[in-house]
Amino acid sequence: MTSLSDSSKIIKPRPVNERYLDNVFKWTAQIFALTIALVLIWITVQVAIAAVPAIKQFGLNFLFQSSWNPVKSEYGVWPAIYGTIVSSFIALLIAVPIGIGVALFLSEDYLPPSIQRIFVFLVELLAAIPSVVYGLWGIFVLIPFLKNFTPLKGPGMLPAALILALMVLPVIAAISRDAITNVPESLRQAAVGLGATRWEAILQIMLPAASSGIIGGVMLALGRALGETMAVTMLIGNSNKVSLSIFAPSNTISSLLTNQFAEASGMQVSALMYAALILFAITLVVNILAQVLVKRLQKI
Amino acid sequence: MINHQSAKQTEAVIKTENVNVYYGNFLAVAGIYLDIAKNQVTAFIGPSGCGKSTLLRCYNRLNDLIPSFKLQGAITYHNQNLYAPEIDPVQVRRRIGMVFQRPNPFPKSIYENIAFGARINGYQGDMDELVEKSLRQAALWDEVKDKLRQSGLALSGGQQQRLCIARTVAIQPDVVLMDEPCSALDPISTLKVEELIHQLKENYTIIIVTHNMQQASRVADYTAFFNVRTTEKGDRQGYLVEYDRTEKIFQNPKEEATQQYVSGRFG
Amino acid sequence: MTDATFNPETLKRNPTSPRTLFSLFMSGVAGLFMTMAIIPLFIILFYLLYKGISALNFQVLVQLPPPPMVEGGGFGNAILGTVIMVAIGTLISLPVGVMAAIYLSEFSRGQLASWTRFATNVLSGVPSIIVGVFAYGVLVLTFKTYSAWAGGFALAILMLPTIVRTTDEALQLVPQDVRQASTGLGANDYQTVLQIVLPAAIPAIITGVTLALARAAGETAPLIFTALFTQFWPNWDKLLAEPTASLAVLVYNFAIVPFKNQQELAWAASFILVLLVLLTSIISRLATSTRKY
Repeated sequence: MTSLSDSSKIIKPRPVNERYLDNVFKWTAQIFALTIALVLIWITVQVAIAAVPAIKQFGLNFLFQSSWNPVKSEYGVWPAIYGTIVSSFIALLIAVPIGIGVALFLSEDYLPPSIQRIFVFLVELLAAIPSVVYGLWGIFVLIPFLKNFTPLKGPGMLPAALILALMVLPVIAAISRDAITNVPESLRQAAVGLGATRWEAILQIMLPAASSGIIGGVMLALGRALGETMAVTMLIGNSNKVSLSIFAPSNTISSLLTNQFAEASGMQVSALMYAALILFAITLVVNILAQVLVKRLQKI
Repeated sequence: MINHQSAKQTEAVIKTENVNVYYGNFLAVAGIYLDIAKNQVTAFIGPSGCGKSTLLRCYNRLNDLIPSFKLQGAITYHNQNLYAPEIDPVQVRRRIGMVFQRPNPFPKSIYENIAFGARINGYQGDMDELVEKSLRQAALWDEVKDKLRQSGLALSGGQQQRLCIARTVAIQPDVVLMDEPCSALDPISTLKVEELIHQLKENYTIIIVTHNMQQASRVADYTAFFNVRTTEKGDRQGYLVEYDRTEKIFQNPKEEATQQYVSGRFG
Repeated sequence: MTDATFNPETLKRNPTSPRTLFSLFMSGVAGLFMTMAIIPLFIILFYLLYKGISALNFQVLVQLPPPPMVEGGGFGNAILGTVIMVAIGTLISLPVGVMAAIYLSEFSRGQLASWTRFATNVLSGVPSIIVGVFAYGVLVLTFKTYSAWAGGFALAILMLPTIVRTTDEALQLVPQDVRQASTGLGANDYQTVLQIVLPAAIPAIITGVTLALARAAGETAPLIFTALFTQFWPNWDKLLAEPTASLAVLVYNFAIVPFKNQQELAWAASFILVLLVLLTSIISRLATSTRKY
């Protein structure tokens, strides 16, 4: 298009500068693509370096100590790790069956397609509500409601886990539904053709065939739950004690960070970075596993 | 045009009486009368869109999976109307099995592929025995007896289709419906499946939909020729042209359209 | 299976057979779970409408947050702060994301592309608080001040995966013929991409970016220690290198204080945030359902 002015020759070699531009464009695109991976590495390195002083001072003890006392410079994240794992576990305990139930309900022909689409959209919407809004709602609606019929006195593990369940449910539902609808319809027909009832076909053929995708979705939800911050911080009570009761306040790594970071200095920052590094490492492993499983689903 | 033709020589297992199939308001297959003879192979032939597969799937109520599907008229099996409200489609499918166009083994082991149907249908006997018997009936036993625990998906296309046939006969149905069972197979596998159909005929009533006229003439005792017409509204509608013994259809059909189709001058 | 043994009764429905009952029961369970998932959504939306609208008026949108125990006030500075930081985030992530997606869908072959897609997915799973910690380390510690820039930078990283993914998908939906037609006319690759493929995919890209924007506006954790919060308007004289208010952090701060006026403002701000994601989700739904390519 640059050479139409001297139109006497129709075919002429591509101008050098155009070829040059073309390459520059491709290289730029490639560099930006690499940026994504670089950002991941950068995050890891940045957080790890900032955590080094704390790692040197506390070592692995950091994971199992329970006291967090900036005044005495004693730091341990065991209560936060415990709270993170327990809150995510309870959330998944609730969200996995409900999420898979929703996925099945929305992949079967219970509803006419137009209404089904609306329901799919509504479930997606659950994922779109900002975390801090869930937190606000939890504080002013859910906790007062739960107080009516449980020993809950205020913020605690239970409301945090319930809200977490609500927040990860759409992840499980959406990915499980994709996995289930990806199972070839011919398998359902084969099962039904052999005299299977709807649920025999679902439970014995469809779900096993979709299992790797569903597990991937659950792992993604787990990663989300482990790292979820605002709603949990607002609802869990931020108490640095390990308590076996789900009605007692607790703490998570992310709520520890939220509460302390802005006012931290010196070794406390490094200790928080160490905690962040632990959270990052856990979620990274969970996420990578999830990606591998979901990817396997796409190949079927 | 209404055809009322039946296989008179032998007993009819399935009777199709004035069946109309609708998808929503669209009449896809119109006015079928057709009786299926016991322990015989009946082939459905005809051009694409003539409704032969649709009709086949009416016999085990597999079309129930399509929400807009509606059937008028009656399909009776041992004089019981399959579309009567008190009939359980699950029980129908247990009696009238189906083999699909593309091999569709479950992503499970060969053994489990066969055991699945028997198990859900409450089979009490020796499962190993049933698996072996079914695989032998499907002429697959010798090829897979050493790898029963391997995935059914690891088999070749032809083997997969025979596995699907074994899976179907394992639930000991009365009738086996085959929807173009060889269309996705190579010629050698096709021959094997055709041989198998010959053997299965002793125990089962078979209805096979095929695009391949040689196949119909090789395997079928009876052949039904379906055609498609365009209605005034522009819809394509399938109907039965002629139904008779296979030799008759191929050598001396009553209808001009049949003659043209079987001799390849058509569609 | 001979006729002698055939009993037509066996074909009939048996409403009390365990198999039938089990199937019915499981369908009921699935329906119940569906209801259990949807009801909280409606309760939340109801409360947002009920509490949010009653607290919402014009002055709320333009005034500064009130000190404790003071009536009135609003969150004009937080709206402006959110807009500024989301804009900074978009300015950084949009070019990077779109170019990366162009690489993925137009020029990449094999391993590098699949690794990049993998990295994109992993990045989207990084907890937002980690991104906040990272931005704190990179910008706040380095420049020794909380700033809208640090907040925008954190948001950029959170938006990046969504932008890459939606753009990648949008570009792949452009039919191959269009590219071949352009190349066949003698266009260079960059001309084909920039003048033919990208414009064709623009509507879908805009949809995706809008969705990413709306989500970023609700992000709180990464802003808490990058932009912090302030009672005041963004300071242009200091080039935004000061703590900056945002709607999301305002909701957090005002939700955990015992003052009724503040709590009402938190509801109003939540209402605006949810309205934002609600509208963009619905619009993107409508836009993608009528997409030509």
